[in-house]
Amino acid sequence: MGWWRVGKRDADLERELRSDLELEEEEQRENGLPPEEARYAAKRAFGNPGLIREQTRTVWSWNWMESLARDLRFGLRSLSRAPGFTFVAVVVIALGIGANVALFTVVRSVLLKPLPFRDPDRLVLMYEYEPDRPHHTPWLPVDAGSFWDWQRATQSVAQMAMVSPFQGYIVSSEAGKLPEQVDAAWCTGNFLSLLGVQPVLGRGFTADDDRPGATATAVLSASFWKRRYGADPAIVGKTIMLDAKPYTIIGVLPPSFVYSGSFGGNTVQVWTPVRHEAPAFLLQTYGDHEFQVVARLAPGVTLAALESQLAALQKQIKAAHPEPAVHPRVIGRTMLDDAVQNYKTPLYALLAATGCVLLIACMNVAGLIIARAASRNKELAIRAALGGGRLRLMRERLIESLLLSAAGGALGMLLAWGALAWLIHMRQDMNRVEAIRIDGVVAAFTVGIIVLCALSSGLISAISAGTKNLLAGLQEGSRSHSGGTTRAMLRRVLLAIEVGLTVVLLVGAGLLLKSFERLRSADIGVPINNTLTLRLGLPDARYSEPRKRVAFFEQLIAGVRALPGVSGAGLVTAAPGEGWNGDTNFTIVEHPPLPSGQGLDFMLRGTEPGYFSAIGLPVLKGRVFRQAERLERANVVLISRGAAQQYFPGEDPIGKHIKDIGGNGVWEVIGVVGDVRWNIAQPPLPTLYWPIYGNGYNFATVVVRAPHDVESLAVPVQKIVAQLDPELPVWGVMTLREAIGKSTADSEFDSILVMGFAVIALVLAAAGLYGVLAYLVAQRTAEFGIRIALGARREHVLRKVLVDGMRPALAGLIIGLISSAASVHLIRSILYETQPFDPAVFTSVAGLLLFVATAACLVPAWRAASLDPVQALRNE
Amino acid sequence: MSSMTKEKQQRTAVLQGTLDMLILRTLIYGAAHGHQIGKHIQRTTNDFLQMQHGSLYPALHRLEKRGWVVSKWETSPDRKREFKYYRLTEKGRKQLVAEESQWRQMTEAVARVMWPTAEGS
Repeated sequence: MGWWRVGKRDADLERELRSDLELEEEEQRENGLPPEEARYAAKRAFGNPGLIREQTRTVWSWNWMESLARDLRFGLRSLSRAPGFTFVAVVVIALGIGANVALFTVVRSVLLKPLPFRDPDRLVLMYEYEPDRPHHTPWLPVDAGSFWDWQRATQSVAQMAMVSPFQGYIVSSEAGKLPEQVDAAWCTGNFLSLLGVQPVLGRGFTADDDRPGATATAVLSASFWKRRYGADPAIVGKTIMLDAKPYTIIGVLPPSFVYSGSFGGNTVQVWTPVRHEAPAFLLQTYGDHEFQVVARLAPGVTLAALESQLAALQKQIKAAHPEPAVHPRVIGRTMLDDAVQNYKTPLYALLAATGCVLLIACMNVAGLIIARAASRNKELAIRAALGGGRLRLMRERLIESLLLSAAGGALGMLLAWGALAWLIHMRQDMNRVEAIRIDGVVAAFTVGIIVLCALSSGLISAISAGTKNLLAGLQEGSRSHSGGTTRAMLRRVLLAIEVGLTVVLLVGAGLLLKSFERLRSADIGVPINNTLTLRLGLPDARYSEPRKRVAFFEQLIAGVRALPGVSGAGLVTAAPGEGWNGDTNFTIVEHPPLPSGQGLDFMLRGTEPGYFSAIGLPVLKGRVFRQAERLERANVVLISRGAAQQYFPGEDPIGKHIKDIGGNGVWEVIGVVGDVRWNIAQPPLPTLYWPIYGNGYNFATVVVRAPHDVESLAVPVQKIVAQLDPELPVWGVMTLREAIGKSTADSEFDSILVMGFAVIALVLAAAGLYGVLAYLVAQRTAEFGIRIALGARREHVLRKVLVDGMRPALAGLIIGLISSAASVHLIRSILYETQPFDPAVFTSVAGLLLFVATAACLVPAWRAASLDPVQALRNE
Repeated sequence: MSSMTKEKQQRTAVLQGTLDMLILRTLIYGAAHGHQIGKHIQRTTNDFLQMQHGSLYPALHRLEKRGWVVSKWETSPDRKREFKYYRLTEKGRKQLVAEESQWRQMTEAVARVMWPTAEGS
């Protein structure tokens, strides 16, 4: 029923009463009464029309609405009379609610919402696993050899597709469009259909596209199609030049399609069929792991069942191919877990932090309302004495807190909206960031949280008021020296909890910050200032001849070195911190053969001779490559210090030989250089450097060093590339510092956010402490006045108040330290070289909290101690 | 009848809760408007049950809301103008039966306490 019906019903009632009243009047007249008297008699017989109307209206039960409206008006008026209180309370609640809504939206969108594929809960990713040689992740990519075996053996329980999302192409310039490098993925013909993805234009791949001799085909991502082709509706059938070879565009994927794997893929813009693209060797080997395997479980089949079936199979594969590069085990996880596992701990930790902030905010607001109620003590007692229902008074309190929470919630929603926009902008690297959206569930969550907030802060204060009988209220009002002890007790308990939560947040923030600090100061192995990196690649189609590639690289680096302002330049296949970029097994010629199945492993890097001095990687022993050591004479290598220690313990590696580095031939170790990290958060791995002039490399990172303003050299370097070959795009232009900043962004983000929440919590807790103590001191002004008048020493008063205020802080500190100790292990996985029980963090948190608490208590304590007794007593 | 008298005050106010039953019973004879219902109850009880007609209306609306009666504006045959007529529904009829039996049990119970009969002692 809507409000509009009320007016109609009122009119109807009015008409009914009038017609019946007129009838009564008529009858009275017919009985012989004069008109005047008849009217009075009728009215008497009817009774009070106002009351009748009121009572009848009550029947239609709009009354509660009206009284609610009245209460709301009353609440608004009483809040607007205390703008300071209202403002503080609303802002506090807005912060709490805003942070929670934002984080909840992220958690829901990223971690909980199903992936946008058909029957997403049946999609799993299968990986290989190496229990004896721990890698930086247990989830090891799969080799094509194993994949074909898996696919054949499990046809009845699962469909399987293979994808390699770490590929890239150079798109040639055409019709005014510049050449560019795009991230790409190779996939089996069934990959898209297995996920249930329908292209918005054209078609997906078929088995016919996915074979070595097929016509070259490509499917584009929607964003690439829009950006490079202006969303050309006639794109299907056109040709795109990838690595200088023609491909027919057969389809465009929907904008919602993003492949978010744990090894990346959310930046892929071009999809091509793997059997057409990958070299024949890669499609057969069991030793080169370049693929992820996506499986769709048949109905009724569990992940564990598939895992155990594949495990048995992989055991046979390992037995048939005992080479060290073949992995013996299989593990799987759901596709959703694969996409977001790495974000679970940080996001849940952040959500927990915002939950703490909200709790603290609620308690603070409850504290504020209690304090306000105390100042309205007499008013409330009088109203209760005059018959104001206790429930009604309580309802007023609740409505007040509901109004505050609703206003705070509305403001918080705005904050959340802004925070989400910021977060989406900041964390484009995060998987599924595109799925973040405020939807109905989030709105419902917000409403729920507002109600919760209102109930908790309203009820706490309402209960605290309800426990007092009104006579005491009136009496207490007459002499306020022992005032409000019950309320103060309740507020003390709230405060202890607040402080406890704050301590937990501070400990978490401290650990994350320390971890971030460690990470940031981690030594990547080379100086990171004033170093610029740029990547480029040479398409096979135009640079098939090794000599041509070497000539290009040589001309390029000579040109870069000749640029004014360049103090050093070099070429490498992957600079420190630039990622995994390939490793290799090998054997040492001079050493006895290892037992079957065991092997040694190197990170593999190609460099040109000037790289080491350019990037500042110290040569510890021996020498670097010579210019002549290239192409067929490129049979020399340098190894890292870690490799020398691990693989040549107690002997001189110089002059030793290694072999089986993905090809025939023997390489001589000619030098030892310092260790570098492939990822700032990972320890340095044994690394092998061999000449980039040869060994088949067709891509490189140009490293440029300058005394200052190295960024300004990016354009001149790009010009040199363009002069040598205008078809070559340059990408990944950034300083080494930026590159490292990018890979520590996660840690920075988490630690700064948690720190932000912890600071908010600390401020709220301090304000709470101050508020309670200031209130107590104000209540006891007379008592202190008398004490001082009777000769109490002011230090005594000071100490007494201080101790009074510090008690809840200390209790809270102990609670907080205990709960921290119980919960820090939850964030262990996101800490870098930091123990969860870091004594320094725990002590400094305790110290900080005591300091802030003392400072918050000192002001009221000092005020109490410096009371003028005459003034204090007169004020009573 | 012209003024508030002692006689009026002695009359019994309608027992709380029985008014609904009385109204429903009255409507058994057919549709009636508020004034008729009030008059009927008053007349039938020989003016013993006195009520201000006004107190009828909240009760009537309550019955309507519960679906025991329905209302409609209809022209009165003798007065030639519209009145709001109330009519008993099937649900209201059932309710009347239920209330009646309840009321009977109650009066019998009260009677047994107040005027114990031979077989009762």
